[in-house]
Amino acid sequence: MEEAASSVPAILPALPEIVLAVGAMALLMFGVFREGCTARETSIGALILFVLVAALLIVEPNERVLAFGGSFVVDGFTKFMKLLTLLAAAAAIVMSLSFIRREGFDRFEFPILIGLATLGMFMMISANGLIALYMGLELQSFALYVIAAFHRDNTRATEAGLKYFILGALASGMLLYGSSLIYGFTGSVEFPAIAAVIAADGASIGAIFGIVFVLAGLAFKISAVPFHMWTPDVYEGAPTPVTAFFAGAPKVAAMALLLRVLFGAFPAMEDQWQQIVIFISIASMVLGAFAAIGQTNIKRLLAYSSISHMGFALVGVAAGSPEGLRGVLIYLVIYVVMNAGVFCCVLAMNRKEGYVENIADLAGLSRHQPMVAFLLAMLMFSLAGVPPLAGFFGKFYVFMAAIEAGLYPLAVIGVLASVVGAYYYLRIVKIMYFDDPAEPFEQPMPGEIAAVLGVSSVFTMLFFVYPAPLIMGAQAAATALFP
Amino acid sequence: MTDGNILSLITFLPLVGALAILVTRGDEATVARNARYVALWTTSITFIVSLYIWWKFDPTTSDFQFVQQSAWLGGAINYHMGVDGISMLFVILTTFLMPACILASWTSIEKRVKEYMIAFLVLETLMIGVFCALDLVLFYIFFEGGLIPMFLIIGVWGGARRIYASFKFFLYTFAGSVLMLLAIMAMYWEAGTTSIPVLLDHDFPVNMQTWLWLAFFASFAVKMPMWPVHTWLPDAHVEAPTAGSVILAGILLKMGGYGFLRFSLPMFPVASADLAWLVFGLSVIAIVYASLVALVQEDMKKLIAYSSVAHMGFVTMGIFAANTQGVQGGIFQMLSHGWISGALFLCVGVVYDRMHTREIAAYGGLVNRMPLYAVAFLILTMANVGLPGTSGFIGEFLTIVGTFQVSTWVAAIAATGVILASGYALLLYRRIVFGALEKDTLKSILDLNRREMITLGPLVAATIFFGVYPAPIMEVTAVSVDNLISNYNAAIEAHRVAGDTGFIGEVASLFAGN
Repeated sequence: MEEAASSVPAILPALPEIVLAVGAMALLMFGVFREGCTARETSIGALILFVLVAALLIVEPNERVLAFGGSFVVDGFTKFMKLLTLLAAAAAIVMSLSFIRREGFDRFEFPILIGLATLGMFMMISANGLIALYMGLELQSFALYVIAAFHRDNTRATEAGLKYFILGALASGMLLYGSSLIYGFTGSVEFPAIAAVIAADGASIGAIFGIVFVLAGLAFKISAVPFHMWTPDVYEGAPTPVTAFFAGAPKVAAMALLLRVLFGAFPAMEDQWQQIVIFISIASMVLGAFAAIGQTNIKRLLAYSSISHMGFALVGVAAGSPEGLRGVLIYLVIYVVMNAGVFCCVLAMNRKEGYVENIADLAGLSRHQPMVAFLLAMLMFSLAGVPPLAGFFGKFYVFMAAIEAGLYPLAVIGVLASVVGAYYYLRIVKIMYFDDPAEPFEQPMPGEIAAVLGVSSVFTMLFFVYPAPLIMGAQAAATALFP
Repeated sequence: MTDGNILSLITFLPLVGALAILVTRGDEATVARNARYVALWTTSITFIVSLYIWWKFDPTTSDFQFVQQSAWLGGAINYHMGVDGISMLFVILTTFLMPACILASWTSIEKRVKEYMIAFLVLETLMIGVFCALDLVLFYIFFEGGLIPMFLIIGVWGGARRIYASFKFFLYTFAGSVLMLLAIMAMYWEAGTTSIPVLLDHDFPVNMQTWLWLAFFASFAVKMPMWPVHTWLPDAHVEAPTAGSVILAGILLKMGGYGFLRFSLPMFPVASADLAWLVFGLSVIAIVYASLVALVQEDMKKLIAYSSVAHMGFVTMGIFAANTQGVQGGIFQMLSHGWISGALFLCVGVVYDRMHTREIAAYGGLVNRMPLYAVAFLILTMANVGLPGTSGFIGEFLTIVGTFQVSTWVAAIAATGVILASGYALLLYRRIVFGALEKDTLKSILDLNRREMITLGPLVAATIFFGVYPAPIMEVTAVSVDNLISNYNAAIEAHRVAGDTGFIGEVASLFAGN
């Protein structure tokens, strides 16, 4: 019986991944063999594929299932995170449609690469061992390196791609080094086995070193301070739809991985990793808030904003409780949706001479495009965490968990950082509403971008009316990770 | 319509009006006209509907009335609305001032009228919500949500330094409030709920009370505003459009006082007693200092803004005297200051609309051309001074009486503030209204028109009516206030018997000498 199980692995739990992989390959073939294949065609193909995968994910049972000798796990948590990743990736593809056409890099590979990156993220989310973790992470990262440099005739984009690659490789190296230490000192690569060894023997110094390195690598992936240096440059250099993608899905997947490692493999070392998480959380919130103040480029500003948002999400991780985990999940969903809306507005910043990225270009947007200005203003207030917008609830749940865990200094520093952060979000509102108008952007917005913006801002503004489904969903997912 | 959801109806009625304005289409002039009328009708209907709760209000009980509850955020955080004798009149005050604000903006706001009216209606919803919310998280959402429309009102339609003022307003208030948010969370974990009626009966540990009290104090002191965190107020007032100043002075400031009454005093009684010296100190400083500063102002709005700071000092002093007279006086003072300062800002708006300056020196002798205006302004100035027969007197008198029972010195110093108030208020009145009409620019100034009379009339009438006959307000608040005071005293008694004073309590007793 055991032999049969190992020779023919139960592939059913991995069905969404398999469908995604096969579908991405099929799309690639389609692109290669079809003369003059455009990105629009593969994009639509990729979106159909995503819908199919999402359907498979939804019908999957919620029980915890292990596959491939225990290195692949499926439960309520992975389902939640995968759906969120898929949503973020799909939004990125939709948002890229008009940009790709206009900027002249209409190549069919783009959506396929996003699909492959998503596959890597799925593997990361479902990873239940160090080997599976690294595999998923690298599959995702390689796709992302290529996407970052996808606009290959543009020096800024290639520079961004190269920077991302070099620093990313360094981070992967650290992660791998940490993994080897952990394997060496616990004798296993499977998370449950590692957890059992540590619970039995206590935390050895080698395992502590290992977890530090692993956390450093993962902090790079979620762009938390002090491993955030690549973020502003890559965000600024990469084409805007790529930036939009970077700001969403990969962060979700990396955060899922972080949670799985911390709660799946090292629950017994909470005291040790909690200190690290608290430090990077505070550093990210504070640096993100202060460094964004001086930015003039909206993409750089959003880069610092995302750094500080990851800091806020980490507040929930630091709490180390099911409530904290629930807070992180709610935070991520709200963050992803808000971010998609903001990037829609950035993508709508184009004039006849091309896309512009300076914050000052938004001046007086409320006169030319009152609706867009209003929605962007609401998204900014939401990012700042002003109630009753969705962003407030994200912060509410993570800080709630921090207070429960007794992390008062962290909570106080965090909310004060959010006040500092409010300043630069308000600055964008000020430029749109209070300043004299600059040259208007091209109107109207492309339909698909308007649609994403509409969905995102309706969610942001009306979340408070009926928040129960998301909270319940996050609750269920969080309990799945806590054995 | 049942009594069960009447509060939700009042709260969200303005939002319906805002949506109606949002969907109006057409050329700019039509949209502006429609927006004004829709806003006026919405606020008027809201006011009339809100009178229903005053009519149906049962003043013989301290329980919450018109209660509505439904599941919301899950757990113990619910959508929970209701009013008692303390909060009910603030709802009426809000709905009462709103039509005046809309009328005051009728001609003075010319650009982006549609957005302006929407902002005001949304703001009204949030303000009413603050006074109706019976759940801490719900309260916080209404409390903080009001920052968004107010930020835009100051920033878009304000004066020359509007950007500085709007940022200062937003960041000051936001910084104070986030600490309160953390305190709310701590209370949730301590008591397992954020329901205000339950928390009112919850006995928080003494040490925790002190921290929670300080966190709430950070928020309410900024909102109130108390010295030394009052500096956002003069800036915001000066730069805000007239109606924005009315709302700021009339209602937003009252949220701080309401917060003290609803949360600090009943939920953290021991901390309130321990730290009352702090509030007294800051209050008397506010009263004397702000009055002195008001004396030298050259800008009419700034002068009234500083006088608001001084008047709010009486309120905090009265509330933390924690006896019937003090608290009743505090509530009355808040309500009466609501319409008096609102009306004073409207008076400034009247001449500002004509002359486009708020420099006191630019005016003089207005009585010759504007007799009606001079009468209205006179009544309001007297009320601001606290002349018996106006509603301003009742509040100040009661708060000083209440404080006198607790500390003679504090009451005595506060009383000097009344003298100073007559100084700056009469000086302002003399420089603007009396004297010969010398300035050429003023030679053709017109008296109040019909719209301005309709705007100011009810406020002036309320000033005199409640000054002569304050009973309708006192009757409503009496039972709730008595209940609050007796619970407060019982809680302190229980803790004193148990012998725990807390660290700050010990330090405080050294200073207070008791």
